[in-house]
This record gives sequence, C-alpha cells and structure tokens, in this order.
Amino acid sequence: MEPAQDTFPRLMLHHARTRPDDPATREKDLGIWQTWSWRDVAAEVRALACGLAANGFRRGMHLAIVGDNRPRLYWSMLAAQVLGGVPVPMYQDAPAAEFVFVLNDAEIDYALVEDQEQVDKLLEAAPQVPSLSHIYYDDPRGLRNYEGVTSYERLLDKGREYDRAHPGFFDEQVALGRPDDVSIMLYTSGTTGRPKGVRQTHAAFIAAAKGGAEFDKLRPDDSVLSYLPMAWVGDHLFSFAQWVYVGFTINCPESGDTVMTDLREIGPTYYFAPPRIFENLLTQVMIRMEDASLVKRWLFAHFTAVARRCGTEILDGRNVPLGDRIRYAIGNLLVYGPLRNVLGMSRIRVAYTAGAAIGPDLFRFYRSLGINLKQLYGSTETCAYVCLQPDGGVHFDTVGEPAPGVELTIAGNGEVLVRGPMLLKEYYKRPDATAESIDAQGYFHTGDAGYMDPSGQLKIIDRAADVGKLADGSMFAPNYIENKLKFFPHIKEAVAFGADRHQVCAFINIDVGSVGNWAERRGLPYSGYTDLAAKPEVYALIRECVEKVNAELAAEPGLSGSQVRRFLILHKELDPDDDELTRTRKVRRGFIADKYRVLIDALYEGRAVQHIETLVKFEDGRTGMVAADLRIEDAKAQPAALPLAA
Amino acid sequence: MPTPARRIGDVILSLDRISLAFGGVKALTDITFDVREHEVRAIIGPNGAGKSSMLNVINGVYRPQQGTITYRGKQRHGMDSHAVAEAGIARTFQNIALFRGMSVLDNIMTGRNLKVRTSFVEQAIWWRRARREELENRAKVEEVIDFLEIQHIRKTPVGRLPYGLQKRVELARALAAEPSLLLLDEPMAGMNVEEKQDMCRFVLDVNEQYGTTIVLIEHDMGVVMDISDRVVVLDYGRKIGDGTPDEVRGNQAVIDAYLGVAH
Repeated sequence: MEPAQDTFPRLMLHHARTRPDDPATREKDLGIWQTWSWRDVAAEVRALACGLAANGFRRGMHLAIVGDNRPRLYWSMLAAQVLGGVPVPMYQDAPAAEFVFVLNDAEIDYALVEDQEQVDKLLEAAPQVPSLSHIYYDDPRGLRNYEGVTSYERLLDKGREYDRAHPGFFDEQVALGRPDDVSIMLYTSGTTGRPKGVRQTHAAFIAAAKGGAEFDKLRPDDSVLSYLPMAWVGDHLFSFAQWVYVGFTINCPESGDTVMTDLREIGPTYYFAPPRIFENLLTQVMIRMEDASLVKRWLFAHFTAVARRCGTEILDGRNVPLGDRIRYAIGNLLVYGPLRNVLGMSRIRVAYTAGAAIGPDLFRFYRSLGINLKQLYGSTETCAYVCLQPDGGVHFDTVGEPAPGVELTIAGNGEVLVRGPMLLKEYYKRPDATAESIDAQGYFHTGDAGYMDPSGQLKIIDRAADVGKLADGSMFAPNYIENKLKFFPHIKEAVAFGADRHQVCAFINIDVGSVGNWAERRGLPYSGYTDLAAKPEVYALIRECVEKVNAELAAEPGLSGSQVRRFLILHKELDPDDDELTRTRKVRRGFIADKYRVLIDALYEGRAVQHIETLVKFEDGRTGMVAADLRIEDAKAQPAALPLAA
Repeated sequence: MPTPARRIGDVILSLDRISLAFGGVKALTDITFDVREHEVRAIIGPNGAGKSSMLNVINGVYRPQQGTITYRGKQRHGMDSHAVAEAGIARTFQNIALFRGMSVLDNIMTGRNLKVRTSFVEQAIWWRRARREELENRAKVEEVIDFLEIQHIRKTPVGRLPYGLQKRVELARALAAEPSLLLLDEPMAGMNVEEKQDMCRFVLDVNEQYGTTIVLIEHDMGVVMDISDRVVVLDYGRKIGDGTPDEVRGNQAVIDAYLGVAH
C-alpha cells in the first residue's frame, strides 16, 4: 500500500510514481526552456538529500536558501525536508549586514545559494555567524578560485556515491517524516522591530495548499511563473506548497529582467502578483498606447470604455444586454485578446493579487479585459491562507470570504482573529511572541483591523496598531489614506501623518516612470528623481491627485477630518536598503517619522521650504548624501458631506 | 574574499620601439612594452597621449613607420586586421561600432563570422551542415549572453539601448569570437558607478574564466588601479611609466603628467 501523502517529500514521490513523465519544473537557460519531469526531480532530490546527509546535515538542522527563483533552490527545499531539516529561504536582495541577523537567529549551519553575489555576501557575514559551516552554490561563474565553498554538482556527486553505499537511506528518511514536523521557516517582514522566524508544519502548508487548490479547482496541467521572492510566504504557497500538492508545473524565468518576456512565452494558467506588478504592466501599456497611431488609440479608447461598462459583468456571468455582448465580443477580437496576449495572460484561469491594497480602477481594468483577477488575504503566520474571493463574488474593496477550514472572527477592538489548520506552530525561539499572538481559544491575532461586510466578505481597514485618532477625536487610518493616494499611477509611495495632530499631512514619492513619461511628453527636462520631484509642474500634478483624494475622503462618513491639508514630495525614493521600507515594500512608519522629523515639523509649523540632507545607501553598500530644499504645499480640503436625511 | 590565483604566463605580445606619425604629427614615439599571457594590462594617459593609436597598431588598423611587433613568436612590422582576427585578437571601440538597426542577438552573431565554414550557398538553401553550424554558433552566443547578463535585451535593436548596455553588447560581440587576446578601448567611458562596477566584474570574470589576456585603455584611475596587473603610461606619444599599479602610482613623472599633485 502506498504511504499517506502527508509530507511534501511523500507528495513529490507520489507524483514521480504516478505521472513520472509530466513536467514538474521548467527554466529558461541559454535562451531555451529546459524541462524536468517529476521523475527527474525525484532523482535530483534523492541525490541532493544524500549529499547533504553525507556532509553531516541532520534532522532538525536549518538550510538557508538564498537566490532568485532557480529550480535547484526549490528542489533543495524538498531535499532538506526529506532529511527532517528546515529550509530557511532568505531575501536575496538584502545586503550582507541584514543576512547576519537571520543567519544567527536561525542558527544556520548549511546554506545553498544561487551565485557569486550571494556567496560573497555570506562570506562577508560569516565572521559574525559562528555556526555557518557549509556553503554550496548553484552557478559556478566567478567562483572557480574560491576556497571553502562547494558546488552543487559536487554535492550531487557525493550524494550519488552515498546513495550507492547506503541504498535504503533515502526511503528511511522519507518514512521518518511526520506531518507535524516543521517544513519551513519564513521570516516576517518586520514592519515593527526585528523579523521573527515563523515555523510552519507540513500539515499547515498542505492544508493551505489543498484548500486553495480545491477552492479554485487547480489541476496538474496548470502552469505558474515563479518569479516572486522565495522568502515570501506567497511564493512558498503558490510555487512550492501548491506545486507539490497539485503537481502542476513551475516555470523559472531566465533572469529578473526577462520576467515579462518569459511570462508571455509560458502563458501561465494560474498567476499571482502583488498590485505593484499589475500597476507597472498597466503603466507600460498606457505609455505604449500614447505612442500608437491615431486609429489604434481610438480603438483602444472606445473598446476599453465598452469593457468598463460590461466587461466585469460578463466575466461574473451576470445578465448583460445583447448589444453590449456583441460590442464586447468585437472588442475581444480587436483589443482585449491581443492585449491579454501581449501581457502574457491569454491562458489565465485564476489570478490573485495580495500583499497590498489594489486600486479600484486598476482592478477593474484587468477584470474588464476578461482576466479572472481576484484578491486574497493572509500572512506569513497563516500560510497566506485566510480569505479568498470566489469566482463571481469579487469586489475591489474586500479580500474575500473565509477560506475552507478557516474560522474567522472580529475582536471587540476590531482586530481580525483567525483559527484553523494553517496557523503557525510557533515563532522560533520567541515563546513570548507566540503566546502574545495566539490566545487561549487558539485564535491568531492578525494585527489587522477590519470588519465583515454584508456580503460575508472581509474588509481590511488598516494595521490595528496604526489606527489612531486626530486631535479632535475622529478616526485616523493612515494606510487607508495612503492607499487612496497610491492608486494614482503618478504616486508610488505615500506616508500619512496625523495621529494626535490637528490635521493630516503626507510625504509623497512620485513614480519616476510614470511622471517621467508625463514630463517628457510636455518637454519638461529633468536630470533624475530629485530634480523631477522638485519641479513646480510636478507639484501641481500631485496636488491635483491629493485634492481628488480629499474629495473622496470628504464624502465618506467620519473621514472628512482625514483630508490631507499639506504635503511634500520627498527628495529620494523610500528604499529597503535605507530601512525605510521592508523587503516586501511596506512602509516602516515609525522609522520614517524619526528619520524625517525635521520634515514633519516643517509640515506642521507651516513652513514653505525645508532644507534636508539625507544619507543614502547604494546597492553595493557605499553611502552618499542627498541634499535638497523641499517645497511644502497646501492642498484644498472639501467640506464634509452632509449626512443624508433619513 | 579569496583572491583569484591567476597564473600569469610568458610574454605573448611585445612591441619594440614603435613609432607612428601622421604627417608631421607624432602619435607614438619609440614605444616599447609587452603583454603577458592571462594578464590584465592597462594603457593610461591624458587625452591625446596616443592610447587609441597604440591599440590600433596592435590590431593592424595603423601600420607604424618604425619598430616591430612580436605576437606569439611571429615578428612583423605591422599587423594585418584580418590576420589579427584570425590570430584570436578581438576588440571593442571607444565610440561604439555596432549595427544600430540590428538586434543584440544578430550583432553578437556577427562576432562568430570567422567561425563560419559553410558557404553562402549552403546557408541560403539551409543545408544540413549550415543549419548545424548555425545552431552551434547560436549556442556559443547564448553562452556569452548568459555570461554578460543581457538576456532581457536579446531581441532589442541596439539603437534603442542606453549607452552602458551598448558597451556591454560590444564586449559580447568581441567575446563571441572566443579571443585569446581582448583589446578594450575605454570600456567604462560614460558609465555610472553601478555600470562601471558591473563592467569591471565582467572584465575580471572573462579574464578568470576563459583565461583571456586583456589590454585595456581606461580613464578611470580607480578602475585601472583595481583591476590591472600592470600599467603602461603614455604622455604625448611617449612612454613615461610602466609597472604594477603601485609602482605607477609612485612614479613622479606619471604623477606630474597625469594624476596631478599626489593626494
């Protein structure tokens, strides 16, 4: 009898037994898509696990994995799991100094990394990480003369040798695995304080993968593009847990810069991207449309208007007049179909966005083209699995209904609490944090404030800790305001201030691609971000956006006081290398408030100009100064909407 | 970080008392230096010092009036461009010389020109031999594309690329010829700090991985001092210094002519 498929290695071996020749992994290498079947993957994982074991890797040990989405890095997760070890994927774009914390916190002895860049960073961190003893690398380029590091190929060779000498070893190890073993440790992004290691079990991630797969009827012939950071819980669910559970194909892009081309070549059927990717895609489409011929521009404008009117209704299967259906069909032939093809979305059955709020116009745009884009809600602690939007029940301002197996309730203070099989086992070495976030009833405190809307879907307002009050006592939800600002393509990032103050002020980062293109079309010369951001024309452009947001806020009950009265455009882009954003690009509010205290004071003291000098870190670790005289402008506020007569 | 243990070999190219003049203008006067196998050899000097002329003498664009060039044991008075290419010498240019309307891929394919053995007719009718050869050449080109990390622009026309990337494509084309000696004329001119760092890494990787000998002209002193094994310094067509970066840095004539007051 076949053993139960209750761990990832057993699931993988099940696919290798039942459908050995089906594609499991693809990667574009030297210009050609290479394919590995489930049989190939099983053989590779076997050799890899034996190699690690031969080099002393034991049950319970941690294997750090650092790099872009490479097949071998995904397989090495399976190999570590076979041995009862715990893979710890790390953000590949973090500098060496940030590695030190995670490497020490997780007590890493073994690391498998992509290339020279990552090896260099590990070696730089190594003197401060006494436990680190074994480093393996995938791409040998530039590493020929390094000492003390081993290539993936040598590890495999050693593994095959070990396997021949100990033929029963691999199967024994697989048999030792239990569903409640920890299968992965993912670090939280750390918007407040140090990142924490979240330990998840096989059972938890399999439950999340299974729930999602059944909810969206995923199939073994589905195909996904794996291009999001491997250290992010979203990628681990979509490109690992669901991959091994359902047995579909993951496709690794050729390089970080070729994702758009690769997306088009693969044409995934199942797709996951944070809102900023959808935003960038749309910006690119718009820029190219502006350069297109008159006829094409007219066609695009006309048929996107048709799609706006009836596209989402048709997608949701609602009643639409015949005339509109015919117009939509023509539009599909002339505009939507070709556009989906250019975007690489022709074959998409299910697409999700999560990680941040998505703008209503952006969301509707994709849905109106016939792309089944939906939202989900989850976190590292919940395997990115709490709420999902069902087909036909999609709203831009909610994150979906509780997913199968998830119990969800709202606490008295508005915080979202969840319970279910997908919850974390613990925070690593942080029993205090574990006890704080999971209460006696077994509910996990998400830290998000939200409520259930009448249709039974969850609506998230903000991080509970960020929701404050203005000096006059009205509610202040900074994230809510920032999201409204960020929905404008010209605004890339915004930080709103107002807790315990008499009014709301904001920092703005312009989107240099979108505003740059706008400036080019107006013949407005600029030399770089700092220069562009200081242009009076750009201030006028952004003020328009801010005032539109103010008009929306004025119309919402209780939020009229949250209108943005004054704003400034920052002289530099907020950056994770400067600790202003997390690696998942979330604003670190407290840090920014401290760092730019003079600017906040200037906003509230009514000054019109403020000089600032800021230390910036470049990607290679060097530092430099950026100085600027920042203008501060007022934005018009609207009178609050009159309450409707009852 | 472990230092790469490159094995610098014997002299493969030596220039002996080279003089080159254009009418009354003396571009190079009595210059002697050599290049060893597997080393990175830099030629530096102020504008108009004769650096590019020197490179042009090496790869046969100019024929010096006096002096001899010995390349891999063969002594001549001047090099011949075609023979130079066949002898495994490739170069890049100070002002980019690519086919602007052609894609990156096609541009790099032109670097394989000398490796093509099939005839024009065989290629025109897509004869089996021609097809196999094309595949082999393409595979080599893809290796270079991967090496220089330019996969994302494979199909982009060169004219649409920013300057820094065009420089990289030019290096790719030179590498596609699988040279044993690579001449780089200001590979980092006009680049920003990040692009320069990338280019330095590529130059060192080429040198380390393929063992290619590299002669480069460069203005950025930091770059030269970092990546070169030996440096020759020219000023007004004369050699005023030659040695390791440290030796050159301490040479008073060099400091006076080029680096300005010591800092």
